[in-house]
Amino acid sequence: MNLSRSTSGGAGRRFARLAETDRQPLRIVIDGRPAQALAGDTLMVAVLNHARQLRASEFGDGKRAGFCLMGACQDCWVWTAGGARLRACTTMAEEGMHIVTTQPEAAWASHA
Amino acid sequence: MGQPRVIVIGAGPAGVRCAETLVAAGLRPTVVDDNRRDGGQIYRRQPDNFTRPYAKLYGTEAEKAQALHASFDALRGRIDYLPETLAWNISEGAVHVVHKQRTRGIPYDALVICSGATDRLMPVKGWHYAGTYSLGASQIALKAQACAIGSQVVFMGSGPLLYLVASQYVKAGAQVVAVLDTSPFLRRVAALPKLLARPDVLRNGFALVSNLKRAGVQVLTGITPVEITGTPEAGVQGVVIRDRGGSERSFYCDAVAMGYHLRPETQLADLARCAFRFDHETRQWLPETGEDGRTSVPGVYLGGDGVKVLGADAAEIGGRLAAMAVLKDLQLPVAEPELRRLRQEQARMDRFRRGLVQAFPWPAQQAAQLPDEAIVCRCEAVTAGDLRRTVNERGAQEANRAKALCRVGMGRCQGRYCGHAGAEIIAHAAGVPLEQVGRLRGQAPVKPLPVAVREELE
Repeated sequence: MNLSRSTSGGAGRRFARLAETDRQPLRIVIDGRPAQALAGDTLMVAVLNHARQLRASEFGDGKRAGFCLMGACQDCWVWTAGGARLRACTTMAEEGMHIVTTQPEAAWASHA
Repeated sequence: MGQPRVIVIGAGPAGVRCAETLVAAGLRPTVVDDNRRDGGQIYRRQPDNFTRPYAKLYGTEAEKAQALHASFDALRGRIDYLPETLAWNISEGAVHVVHKQRTRGIPYDALVICSGATDRLMPVKGWHYAGTYSLGASQIALKAQACAIGSQVVFMGSGPLLYLVASQYVKAGAQVVAVLDTSPFLRRVAALPKLLARPDVLRNGFALVSNLKRAGVQVLTGITPVEITGTPEAGVQGVVIRDRGGSERSFYCDAVAMGYHLRPETQLADLARCAFRFDHETRQWLPETGEDGRTSVPGVYLGGDGVKVLGADAAEIGGRLAAMAVLKDLQLPVAEPELRRLRQEQARMDRFRRGLVQAFPWPAQQAAQLPDEAIVCRCEAVTAGDLRRTVNERGAQEANRAKALCRVGMGRCQGRYCGHAGAEIIAHAAGVPLEQVGRLRGQAPVKPLPVAVREELE
């Protein structure tokens, strides 16, 4: 597990749960770190209850945490460990999911 | 010839009522919806294992939400329902859909597009920081996931949704720092005669504002947004505005919900080659519809907020009207008294809509004042300065030309959130009327497809 890179930016969570917290817990992995989600969470909610961002802008203007929550803006893309792209606001969290918040291609850019 | 093939795109208030009307006439429509469940955005259903009752979820609209969901449930088995299916293109009498990475074309004799609306946004410096969400997003977080978008939330923008979502947040126990409305209060007074077309809705609106004030939330009208403060790493840390007296004021927060009413999702109508017209009142291009949602293209109909933003009640009517237009054009009988009643009702809805447009205007002037360093396109971090240079130095005065040169509107939201503001900036920089800037052409796919999508051959 890579502990040197924190998804939370050291600053906890972005979203605040207000109700419906009595749900079945799910275990997921975010950037190599185990995290707990709740059944019925979208990936976005699962991640933003452990971190203050979902991804980094490819254009160097900083961290992003989604924008529209209705599948229109595409600003909440995350990736599976296998490299498949997921829209975090419309994908439900599932037991055992491994989520990566950095774009796989971005890591290859230096070899191009 | 077999039964006419009718496709309805969207399962919100318009799509559901449209499908219901078609089924009642003996047809079996195909309902294509991008969402996992019916209800659209306004009556979006919470996941099955959530337990909040309708009254808590939908407030004064609980009965309507429940009725719409029940109607749709009753249609199951009598329609071909394709949820989690994106209609990504329309060509040559077929809707091209993608579901679970498989794409196929579905031919139609009649197509009703009930694509709904998304938030209409005017950029402000710093709106790209993590923690800025659209107003609609802030409502979805609460309604569908029982979450607030932050622990201290500022609501900024204008329109009825601003007050509705802020008060839903207060009721749900979230901390709302302030509601900052760009529309001057006097506009609301001037709009009263039109708003009285729907006295019940107007009364609910007044109640929302007084609930907020009673809860101790600062509500300011006639403000000018200056900046969302924060850092690229940490995201949103506050909001700076000028109040109506011109004094600068700051609010600490970790999230901002932003929006200026809604804009119709018109890409599919565009791909179906429907004619558009410039709407001077709301300063945007809208699909041209005749009576009951008929477009310039035979066999293509529009209903609900995807035509113009009339709200959920009117969307139910619009869906029914569009279905009746389909039936009529297929030489099938429709109930004429019901048709007349719906048209009358829709005229009242439109009067109210015009009241809202007058009370909560699109803040076009902000585009001109946007500092050069402010990001306009969040997808690709294109700034107002980049766009102005494209106009001033490279002579682009048309939206698609500017897009080709500086990529405003070319990102993966396809201009949904920067298109209107971008056009205002171009118009101001070029010194031409907004209408002359044109509109970003709809492009297929209307949303990005996964790379692995394969075509299904039949």
